[in-house]
Amino acid sequence: MRKFFEKIIEFILTISGATTSIVILLIVVFLFKEGSGFFTHPEIENGYALCVNAGNPVNRLTPFQIKEIFDYEIEDWQAVGGNEAEIVPFRFDEIFSRYSDEELGEEYEFLPEKLGEVIRETPGIVAFLPMQYIPKDQPGVKMLPGENLHPADFFGGKEWLPTTTPAPQFGLLPLLLGTLWVAFFAILIALPLGLGVAIYLSELAGERMRNILKPTIELLAGIPSVIYGFFGLVVIVPFIQKTLNLPVGETAFAGSLILAIMALPTIITVAEDAMRNTPSTLREASLGLGANHWQTICRVVIPYSMSGISAAVILGIGRVVGETMAVLMVTGNAAVMPHSLFEPIRTIPATIAAELGEAPTGGAHYQALFLLGCILFLITMLVSISAEWISKKQAHKKGF
Amino acid sequence: MLETKNINFYYGSFHALKDISMVMEDHTVTAFIGPSGCGKSTFLRLFNRMNDLIADTRLEGGCLIDGQDIYQKSVDVTQLRKKVGMVFQKPNPFPKSIFENVAYGLRVDGVKDSAFIAQRVEESLKSAALWEEVKDKLKKSAFELSGGQQQRLCIARALAISPSIVLMDEPASALDPISTSKIEDLIHTLKTDYTIVIVTHNMQQAARISDKTGFFMLGELVEYNNTKKIFLNPDKEETQNYITGRFG
Amino acid sequence: MKKQVKQNIAFGIFRGLSLIVVGILFWILGFIIYQGCGVISWEFLTTAPTEGMTAGGIFPAIVGTLCLILGSSVIAFPIGILSAVYTSEYAGNGFWIKFIRVMTNNLGGIPSIVFGLFGMALFVRTLGFGDSIIAGSFTLGLLTLPLVIRTTEEALKAIPDTFRHSSLALGATKWQTIQRIILPMAFPNIITGLILSIGRVSGETAPILFTVAAYFLPQLPHSIYDQVMALPYHLYVIAVSGTDLEATRPLAYGTALVLIVIVLIINLIASFLRKKLQKYHA
Repeated sequence: MRKFFEKIIEFILTISGATTSIVILLIVVFLFKEGSGFFTHPEIENGYALCVNAGNPVNRLTPFQIKEIFDYEIEDWQAVGGNEAEIVPFRFDEIFSRYSDEELGEEYEFLPEKLGEVIRETPGIVAFLPMQYIPKDQPGVKMLPGENLHPADFFGGKEWLPTTTPAPQFGLLPLLLGTLWVAFFAILIALPLGLGVAIYLSELAGERMRNILKPTIELLAGIPSVIYGFFGLVVIVPFIQKTLNLPVGETAFAGSLILAIMALPTIITVAEDAMRNTPSTLREASLGLGANHWQTICRVVIPYSMSGISAAVILGIGRVVGETMAVLMVTGNAAVMPHSLFEPIRTIPATIAAELGEAPTGGAHYQALFLLGCILFLITMLVSISAEWISKKQAHKKGF
Repeated sequence: MLETKNINFYYGSFHALKDISMVMEDHTVTAFIGPSGCGKSTFLRLFNRMNDLIADTRLEGGCLIDGQDIYQKSVDVTQLRKKVGMVFQKPNPFPKSIFENVAYGLRVDGVKDSAFIAQRVEESLKSAALWEEVKDKLKKSAFELSGGQQQRLCIARALAISPSIVLMDEPASALDPISTSKIEDLIHTLKTDYTIVIVTHNMQQAARISDKTGFFMLGELVEYNNTKKIFLNPDKEETQNYITGRFG
Repeated sequence: MKKQVKQNIAFGIFRGLSLIVVGILFWILGFIIYQGCGVISWEFLTTAPTEGMTAGGIFPAIVGTLCLILGSSVIAFPIGILSAVYTSEYAGNGFWIKFIRVMTNNLGGIPSIVFGLFGMALFVRTLGFGDSIIAGSFTLGLLTLPLVIRTTEEALKAIPDTFRHSSLALGATKWQTIQRIILPMAFPNIITGLILSIGRVSGETAPILFTVAAYFLPQLPHSIYDQVMALPYHLYVIAVSGTDLEATRPLAYGTALVLIVIVLIINLIASFLRKKLQKYHA
């Protein structure tokens, strides 16, 4: 009886122990299910298609080309692999300015026919039309085969304009680079500061100073990110705008500054732990050979704890890359390729937070945001695993 | 009666006990002596299967209590441990009251009768020669006792479940001389009711309290005989060297 | 001599950097306390926002945050504690336990916005909870699970093995030992970890954006299937997307102050408990 009870308890505990693994599995399943669904959506808005004149040799336009054409950035068919001819972009509503309601019929029954007429008569046309009115069977009209969203366009795309018509742009690069850009400078700021404090804490600080610093660092880690964002918004952003005389203060730099503060606790704690673990025998040996305290730190403590310091940096990066609210509030959220520190930028987490609420469930935009989530997930997994790997290497070195 | 037949014990690939066979009679005190790491504690812990808790260990040979092999599959380890009490090196009372410490073994056994528990607690504390000192503060935390009192409390705790055998792993090594002599007196009186096996570092202690002594070295039982014989006229030279302090 | 000068300069810099870090904390806290304390009043704490969230208080947001703390605790605490008991007392040292450790660590490293996505996909849509307290609580609970597990595991590890051994030697089963000796002994440390996880929950914004948080909802929730306002999300909303940002600034300072005070109090309780515990061990 008692043995049976023990078995039940052990079973319950095993299940609980497996929870975290199950949650990770579920996260993978749900994220990647939605994320991979992205590539099953058509390149142009659902329910629409593009038609060209039958004489046009072009059979495929990438989403980027479509967008450029309808923005009048590309004006010649030659630029997209066709003959030398002017491109005439045609949106569906233009038909109502060319023909009267009578000509189109009461139920718009003549509409496809008229559209066919327009396409036939304009050799350079590319028309963006709803499926139901497409003049399919008429001579002189060629419907471009609607292809699905392509991984190459997602991973190599340089524009993120998820709601433009006719072809929304889902380019990962500006968001990914924006994330890394902000993270890089955040770590660049946080690293010297964090290492300095870690050295001070592990090597120099007296009992009293530790008693001030330790709780300070814990509190810094405990302050919610939305508070950091708010503080950045009302203090740092205006300050940057004024001192640097910028048009807007919401810049990559503001994001990096706030993220640097947020990464500090992680970097300090992990690096300090690593330094404290330096065996006192090594330290004493160095001091005994006539090195002073500072030389000992430089030549013994820091080299010895190098892998711990690297783990600190990696974990700091993980913290910074995934941070959402603070970045959302201070970086200005312009989805452009990063060029300078003093321009607005947009990160992956901020994009998800800002857009998921408005993206219709199950649509291309919605699933694109999940795909961004997948990428964020993979980055942080990589961070966790490499941090683990590096600290394991350290354990080996020590002979454990 | 405790009996081992050709015991071999391994920690991973380390051969910790080598082919040990011995018999310990009821109502005697048997002491194990030997240099640290010689396997005497490992050997002691075979009798209540505490070595089971260590991963990657292996046992060969027979370990019998009253003729029954305690390593057989059918043996319930918790039942075995109720029969074989154990006292550890450092006094380690639970963070509970004095009373609850002694009652613990009964409570986990499912005993609900509070009159019976109170009676057992009193008897055990009396057997451990602690009753007079604590009878007015049974509800107080066990941590308020001195080190020697705590160790006697741990002995009382082991006695409360009425074992027939008590294993003691250097029970006095963390105590001052006065507490030590109290524990030694106690062991002497307990002999009438229990079979006692004790591991000790202190050779005088072994000589004072035990009937038989086993000398261990490098995982082997070098010599096992009446205590007097071991200390006055050992058969083996290693034993002679050890007890006269030439090494160890 | 030269080497001494170098050392003095270096140490001076490190001391300076440490003071900067302390300075940053006090700057942030001081700024928000200074700006916010004029806003705080009994009315601010006990009334709902009015006039398009440009006036009134934050009562529904406080209640919402409390609901989420309670809900996520109900999920994270039992699972987290049992899971830690399993990994530190039962699982041994094989592949399985290493796998679980790695997974727990990884889960702790996943950004909160990914939890938001996941919570929305699983709890809000697939399980059909909708935007609700229960969906938000599950999301936040899973988010804090690694923290609860880690601190509980540390608390269990701090109990010396002799207590386990002497309980087992008295004929107690493994679970009796854990239940009667180990858990009560580890309790103060476990509680500290739980309180810290509450601090984390009270400030999280990204996971609740799409699982529970309401933009404006003056009435209080009636069931776990209702949406609620929450302090961090409310702060975000009135800081960046309110109808009249300048007019609502004081309200934002007040909200930020309330949030910070909650976090401060939670941290103080945790460190107080830890200190008390250290005394008990010595």
